[in-house]
Amino acid sequence: MTALTTTPLASPPRPTTVFATFVARSMLHTLRTPDALIMAIALPTILMVLFTQVFGGAIDPSGGYVDYVVPGIILLCAGFGAASTAVDVANDMKAGVIERFRTMPFRAETVIAGHVVASLVRNLVATAIVILVAVLLGFRPSATPLEWAATFALVAAYILAITYLFAAIGLAASSPEAASGYGFFLMFLPYLSSAFVPVDTMPEWLRWIADNQPLTPIIETIRGLLLGTEIGADGWWAIGWCALILAVALVLTRVLFRAKAGRR
Amino acid sequence: MDAITVRGIRKSFGGTEVLRGVELSVAAGTVFALLGPNGAGKTTLINILSTLVAPDAGTATVAGRDVAREPEEVKRRISLTGQSAAVDEVLTGRENLRMMGRLSGLGRRAASRRADELLARFGLDDAGRRRVATYSGGMRRRLDLAISLILTPPVVFLDEPTTGLDTRSRQALWEEIRGLTANGTTVLLTTQYLEEADRLADRIAVIEHGAVVAEGTPEELKARVGGEVVTLSDPEGAVLAELPTDGTLAGLRRAIAAIDHESASVALRSPSLDDVFLAVTGTREPAITKG
Repeated sequence: MTALTTTPLASPPRPTTVFATFVARSMLHTLRTPDALIMAIALPTILMVLFTQVFGGAIDPSGGYVDYVVPGIILLCAGFGAASTAVDVANDMKAGVIERFRTMPFRAETVIAGHVVASLVRNLVATAIVILVAVLLGFRPSATPLEWAATFALVAAYILAITYLFAAIGLAASSPEAASGYGFFLMFLPYLSSAFVPVDTMPEWLRWIADNQPLTPIIETIRGLLLGTEIGADGWWAIGWCALILAVALVLTRVLFRAKAGRR
Repeated sequence: MDAITVRGIRKSFGGTEVLRGVELSVAAGTVFALLGPNGAGKTTLINILSTLVAPDAGTATVAGRDVAREPEEVKRRISLTGQSAAVDEVLTGRENLRMMGRLSGLGRRAASRRADELLARFGLDDAGRRRVATYSGGMRRRLDLAISLILTPPVVFLDEPTTGLDTRSRQALWEEIRGLTANGTTVLLTTQYLEEADRLADRIAVIEHGAVVAEGTPEELKARVGGEVVTLSDPEGAVLAELPTDGTLAGLRRAIAAIDHESASVALRSPSLDDVFLAVTGTREPAITKG
């Protein structure tokens, strides 16, 4: 047995070190549980093949449907990928590890930021893969490099917002299983938008929902950036919705974290 | 000097009073055991001292710092090993230690060096590169304890450190815990087992219904219980009587003199938590053991 060397009272870690450590932890988790990553890429890819190759011919016999549907698939992909954050967060909260973090000299909430950043990286990779597959299926975007950059920025903003929302769901859920169940509801949002069919083909009441829900302006903006369709006010609505969702989710996360892991 | 002082600590959860005015002093560099059954308030007291829970009334200091007024300063001077192993299943043992080292304020290289040192110390060098998900219960607990010793803090809290472990793992862990005081660390642990408190602690506080009902060295407490317990059973195995004795032949004669049952079988056993409660409170507290 080697003797334990005593260490003098260390200064608390810098907040940036804590943040970087938690990001590295969550990235390792992602790499070691590839199921979530595979699901996040495979499911949207399958859906894209399904929509373009199976339904696409009926929807638009000229084969142009792939151009229409890709922006929606990108957001669908982001949603799938972000959903696992709810389970990751719920897992951390049930384990004794959160109690230990809370007795250490840093903000324990940073553990959630680690999951969110890992989700952002994971989903941007998945988005790139989905776009590559789309190009193989005949997707021909007309975007300039600047428009590509704007597209990725908007997708990143959307992923960030929705991931924080899923983190809040993970905190609110009573168990990781419940967290995964609640997340399912958010997955339906893309279907009630202009992702797969134009909104004006829907009945009146559904059209009202589709027109006024956050995904429609985000999808229309991406469509405009990649394919040159009219963006108009949708760009501002898209940014506004992302900012609003992010702000609400950040406040929710803070409140729920305090309630669940605060000083009782 | 006292490493931990507890004065009139009270805490209620939803109308139930869990702690009713706890008083304690723990000398620096000693092992102190809180002995009591489930629901006695042991974990709540540990949680208050490790800043997880705020007390309703009373004051407590840990390593000279007030837990309510200077929680951040307290956090720098303690480590907590809770009842459920606080280890990351997905990471390897070494990665767990390195991550916690970084989170404790160590630099990259210092964290790696410390991780290897602790893996060797806790007999985990071979397992260090395996994911914790593959570890046995005993290995998890050892890693858990190793994590809380990354900085060898002045005060270490251990909440039921050996619950659920087999005898060998328990013995090994006991040695580690005893060794902690060698470099001046103060250990406050909770346990449901008298034997554990006896082996490890310099002093024991028996805690029941949120208050300390007895305090002293293991010898003092055992003297109050008596040496051993004589169990008399009828041939079917039903217990006829359990009688505390002082361990002498005279005591044994006195104990069995009252029993008029020629075919009764006699067995001696060590005092249990039950017996301690009987001795110090006069009521037999049902000691619900778990794990």
